[in-house]
Amino acid sequence: MKLSGGDLLMRALKDEGVKFIFGYPGGAALHIYDSIFKQKAFEHILVRHEQGATHAADGYSRATGKPGVALVTSGPGATNAITGLATAYMDSIPLIVISGQVQSHLIGTDSFQETDMIGISRPIVKHSFIVQNTQDIPRIVQEAFHIATTGRPGPVVIDIPKDKTDPSNLYEYKRAKEISLRSYQPRIFPHPGQIKKACKKILSSERPVIYAGGGVILGNAHKELVSLNKLLKAPVTNTLMGLGAYPAKDKYFMGMLGMHGTYQANMAMHNADVIIAIGARFDDRITNTPSMFAPNAKIVHVDVDPASISKIINADIPIVGQVKESLAALIKEIKRSKIKIDSEALDNWNLQISKWREKHGLDHDLYLSKIKSAMIAPQVVVQELYHATQGNAFVTSDVGQHQMFVAQYYHFNKPRRWINSGGLGTMGFGLPAAMGVKLAFPKHEVVCVTGEGSIQMCIQELSTCLQYNLPIKIININNEALGMVRQWQDMNYGGRHSASTYSDSLPDFVKLAESYGHIGMKVTKQSQLKKTLEKAFSMKDRLVFIDVYVDPNEHVYPMLVAPNGSMKDMWITKNTKA
Amino acid sequence: MKRILSILIENKPGALARVVGLFHQRGYNIETLNVGPVFDGSYSRMTVTTRGTENDVEQITKQINKIIDVIKVSDLTEGDHHEYEFIMIKFKRSEKIQKILKSLNGKIHEKNNDAMVMSAWGSSSDIEVAIKSIGKVNLLEIARSGSIGLHEGEKVLKI
Repeated sequence: MKLSGGDLLMRALKDEGVKFIFGYPGGAALHIYDSIFKQKAFEHILVRHEQGATHAADGYSRATGKPGVALVTSGPGATNAITGLATAYMDSIPLIVISGQVQSHLIGTDSFQETDMIGISRPIVKHSFIVQNTQDIPRIVQEAFHIATTGRPGPVVIDIPKDKTDPSNLYEYKRAKEISLRSYQPRIFPHPGQIKKACKKILSSERPVIYAGGGVILGNAHKELVSLNKLLKAPVTNTLMGLGAYPAKDKYFMGMLGMHGTYQANMAMHNADVIIAIGARFDDRITNTPSMFAPNAKIVHVDVDPASISKIINADIPIVGQVKESLAALIKEIKRSKIKIDSEALDNWNLQISKWREKHGLDHDLYLSKIKSAMIAPQVVVQELYHATQGNAFVTSDVGQHQMFVAQYYHFNKPRRWINSGGLGTMGFGLPAAMGVKLAFPKHEVVCVTGEGSIQMCIQELSTCLQYNLPIKIININNEALGMVRQWQDMNYGGRHSASTYSDSLPDFVKLAESYGHIGMKVTKQSQLKKTLEKAFSMKDRLVFIDVYVDPNEHVYPMLVAPNGSMKDMWITKNTKA
Repeated sequence: MKRILSILIENKPGALARVVGLFHQRGYNIETLNVGPVFDGSYSRMTVTTRGTENDVEQITKQINKIIDVIKVSDLTEGDHHEYEFIMIKFKRSEKIQKILKSLNGKIHEKNNDAMVMSAWGSSSDIEVAIKSIGKVNLLEIARSGSIGLHEGEKVLKI
């Protein structure tokens, strides 16, 4: 049977196993939308802004490991998708954005709703396609999914001029058995010689640290990571993107590292003699000043992307390969090796880390000691949330202080449960991402922890949540200010709060949630917090927006001292440097 | 130091822009650029000259390699290589310019009472020297191909 371009697209998406498409219609996408109306393979979720579509598809992908799909129209539809593309690109998320384009003969004429989507998105996609022949649509979709999901994953754009989906032109659907691109052959297996070298270096170390990032989660290598450390018994730290890659409850886990990492994790990195970096990229929020980074450490760096290796910090032993395959090879080599790690030195090292933890570690029982406080501490909100959800929820977040508090105080024991925009730091990500997660896991608790600044960037998606009955829980950590901006202004700009406060003009979030057809709850006292959370989580089929007023003067600590600081230089409180 | 990168890239619309855009995105400069289809025409060979430290070039090479349309990248300056540049010059009749170009394999393409068009080729450093000594006097216009080059010996860059 011959199909139109729109129907070819539907068939190709179905064959990729797509279950949801997040989108927003418009002129150039109308042929495609007519094809969507006629198919039953997947559900289309109508968002309220294209940014929401990309974040929802992104959240779906982060939670499931499958590629997310968004569909937008040309011009403003396409440009509204840019922030979502950049978000996915920075965190290496497989995302397919299909954009309608004006008709081929109008391209380049400044026609209505025309924008050069391929050009605008070029620096923030892994690859992009423009459809020039309708019959190529199945191949392009297949290649796009292949590219998005293999190697170092990333977003791919498919731009489709309206005439290529014209229902009057029909073509045969052909799907290739497998995709092979001569210009794209990502490496899967690591070099055996490098594995041997790494094994030797690791087993000869006295103060090793495992520094594991989002690549472990993206590469589905969390089991291998745990197996590796069953052998090594080394202290482990996760990046913001890597939280959940190693179980937080494990005794070797030190918490997150970096800018707002734990004292023990940052101290361990600085004093290590071997750092085993796995699926992490030595981001500037980790290393602090690169020239002062871990002065005595040899670096073993495992990554699927050779360009991530020796980009910021020189790797002594680079290992290029999929994280899963590389760790499997490393485990095998360690088991085979005759070298035995110096267990006495390692015990002393782990003891040292315990001492650091006791000295300046995070207080995970703040919710007990602060029970009588007049104002609610934001950290306590996260701790109470952790207990209310037994640590089992999918938690999305926006960007700022609340994001760091979740990273510090919600213990993630499983991968893909912590969904946040780490690389780009996109405010507005949390709510639409939670929609994508909830659609993928309707029976699981999905919580969006946000702030009154971030939530207003994509608040319109409350309407989408009503339409598709997505009973997520929103915890709005409300400090009546752009908290992280204010923190920096407090610390570096003499407390001048330039454009970071708006307490006299905030909406009534309870009424706002109610006007969107949801439940709103407000918490201003510590004594109400626990009960309100319990009540909200007992309402299984309703979206509940919990507006929690917190102490506006609270800062996130530890905090690396910058500029010209190393990882051992931290603010521990407002007045004390460690 | 100066580097000459040879890049094999799919001959597809937008492919060139991906490479050129990358230099800007990552904060590197392109000094010269040459591109044209080779073999069956399904792919092109680009030659880019740039400046940077060893680390810079390693990083830019890796980043170029990540572009999906790029098939292979090779740094000619890593080993022995041949490198030439071709120029065309239109100038007011001048014995001096004619002489300089003659010494660089110069060829006359057009000659009339007022002006001449000549081409010449040589290593890019010879070309630089020639352009400097020609100066501005009598020079009407100039076009440069940018460097192109091949590895010396048995080493071959192809699919």
